[in-house]
Amino acid sequence: MDAIAAGLSLAIGPLAAIYAINAIGLNVQFGYAGLLNFGQVGFMLVGGYGLAISVAVFGVPFWIGVAIGLLAAVGLALLLGYPTLRLRADYLAIATIAIAEILRLIVNTKSLVNFSGGSFGIPSAVTDNIGFSDTYYAIGERFFALFGSTLAGNFFRVGFLKIDGRGLWTMIVGWTLAAIFAFFVWLLMRSPWGRVIKAIREDEDAARALGKNTFVFKMQALTLGGVLGGVAGMLFVLLPGTVSPNVFLPILTFYTYAIVLAGGAATVTGPILGSVVFWFLFGAIDNALRNSSTFASVAGPMVLGLVGLGLMLVMIFRPQGIVGNKQEMILDV
Amino acid sequence: MSDRSRALESVSAEPGVVKPDPVLIVDSVSKSFGALRAVDVDHMEIQRGTITALIGPNGAGKTTLFNLLTGFDRPDQGTWTFDGQSLKSLGAHRIARTGMVRTFQLTKALTRMTVMDNMRLGAGNQNGESMTRAMIPSIWAAREREVTDQATELLHRFQLHHMRDEYAGTLSGGQRKLLELARLLMSKPRIAMLDEPMAGVNPALTESLLEHVKNLPNEGMTVMFVEHDMDVVMDISDWIVVMGQGRIIAEGRPHDVAQNQEVIDAYLGAHHEDTSVYDQGPVEIDHDLALRVAAGKTA
Ligand SMILES: Nc1ncnc2c1ncn2[C@@H]1O[C@H](COP(=O)(O)OP(=O)(O)O)[C@@H](O)[C@H]1O
Ligand SMILES: [Mg+2]
Repeated sequence: MDAIAAGLSLAIGPLAAIYAINAIGLNVQFGYAGLLNFGQVGFMLVGGYGLAISVAVFGVPFWIGVAIGLLAAVGLALLLGYPTLRLRADYLAIATIAIAEILRLIVNTKSLVNFSGGSFGIPSAVTDNIGFSDTYYAIGERFFALFGSTLAGNFFRVGFLKIDGRGLWTMIVGWTLAAIFAFFVWLLMRSPWGRVIKAIREDEDAARALGKNTFVFKMQALTLGGVLGGVAGMLFVLLPGTVSPNVFLPILTFYTYAIVLAGGAATVTGPILGSVVFWFLFGAIDNALRNSSTFASVAGPMVLGLVGLGLMLVMIFRPQGIVGNKQEMILDV
Repeated sequence: MSDRSRALESVSAEPGVVKPDPVLIVDSVSKSFGALRAVDVDHMEIQRGTITALIGPNGAGKTTLFNLLTGFDRPDQGTWTFDGQSLKSLGAHRIARTGMVRTFQLTKALTRMTVMDNMRLGAGNQNGESMTRAMIPSIWAAREREVTDQATELLHRFQLHHMRDEYAGTLSGGQRKLLELARLLMSKPRIAMLDEPMAGVNPALTESLLEHVKNLPNEGMTVMFVEHDMDVVMDISDWIVVMGQGRIIAEGRPHDVAQNQEVIDAYLGAHHEDTSVYDQGPVEIDHDLALRVAAGKTA
């Protein structure tokens, strides 16, 4: 029972919301447009660092920092897309996975310590900077005040979830944004634009032969998905109020793929449900292992394996994902 | 024969011959893959408003020529103009927008999209294809209705309307060919380049496909198509261009070509038609085709 409670807590918490946003972005790229972006974590990184560095190191206002984080994600999409999107699909895949790792190594570089905080991250003693999340939580404080409550130092209960004010604020912001983004994806994908995007996934040459400038469409899909990754990355660093290179590991991208596939690729609600299911499994299994005398010591490494097993079960019973279309799946020729 | 082939009556049957009213003019277009000269066309003109068949043994370079002309591959050299406009430096989608639209030898039905969406995709000038405008349906709703009406009419004509909401992947091979042709017509092309539109289609549907292709010139379209079935070629073509080893080895009206010794030789020395496009397998003689060409058989 404890495990279920732990799973449900994680499933609705801020992290699940952040991953839902990330997955909505990846779903635009991979699910709808068929673009193999294996470096979604790179978009999170430039979003998070873009915000943190500009606010904490250069002292620009918070919203400008947000804009810079978004622009950094757009810039990364253009940088990745321009040389690769005219080539075979695998070039994008290789470029994305490489750039994401390179970015992580760059911000980790010792010589950039006064800029990115190096391996210490931001804020850190080295950069001696102001907190980049202050404005974010000040807004949260005003929001909580509307309900006669306070954010700082306060604890809340949401179902099984016990969460502090800061976490609850990111949870609210995160799920709200996830819903808004899902709505926009729904709008886009039922439009003629979305039709071209899906056609490119099915057969790019067919779309070109009908006069569609597929390069531009692919760039747009890559950029949109990347910007959503950037937003996820900003929330990801705002939640703890710190940023460090060691959290932007390639595995974040693969969690996000698992979420998209489990939820149902090329569906509007799939990434959201996928994130809920993924983090439920993660929370529940982690809790169960930690509370068992036999497995407590190996809980860390075992969680991922068992989460993978859980997702495999999901895929066995619903190969198209939780909300995916079975027929579409079968027609995958 | 038809009015349009009357214009070709006085044209002599020789490779690279000049036409009275060419819509497509190809000059010195060549393409090599390694040591293999896949396409090497000195001069070719396609008469406006006619149906021209492009024939030749497998590996003759027909598909490659289509790829070059429609921007899906780059020639090593050469120029070509469509209605006076040079297409040499345009990308595939730009060429399609000039009105030169192609289909593919291997059908490209977009399987996980509905038949209707396949059709709608074909239409040009869709303001809803702009990412920003796409989010406000009221901007593109009117154009979408037009497109849908046009698609509905074509689907009826191609007897696919009952499938409009099905995934294209549920269609039979022949129906997919029909869909591809109907989708091409959505873009209102001025010249349709059809790469083996009848291949793998059952006889019943072949008839229907043929009728549609035959009708295209009546709508002001020029048609260039690749086909192996000589009955079909002889039946619907106003003009035939024969390729062999990348070059144009003969041209003429159906009866000219049927009597052309070079054509007969080319077919007798040809590789047998193979399922694989790039197969360079054992040399076999396409007896059936060769004999029918040799016999000057027309439909
Ligand atoms: N992309 C390619 N790479 C290498 N060789 C090719 C390629 N495309 C076509 N070829 C070769 O070019 C020749 C012409 O092929 P193709 O144009 O497909 O002939 P056709 O359509 O007349 O059967 C063949 O020998 C084929 O093997
Ligand atoms: Mg071919």
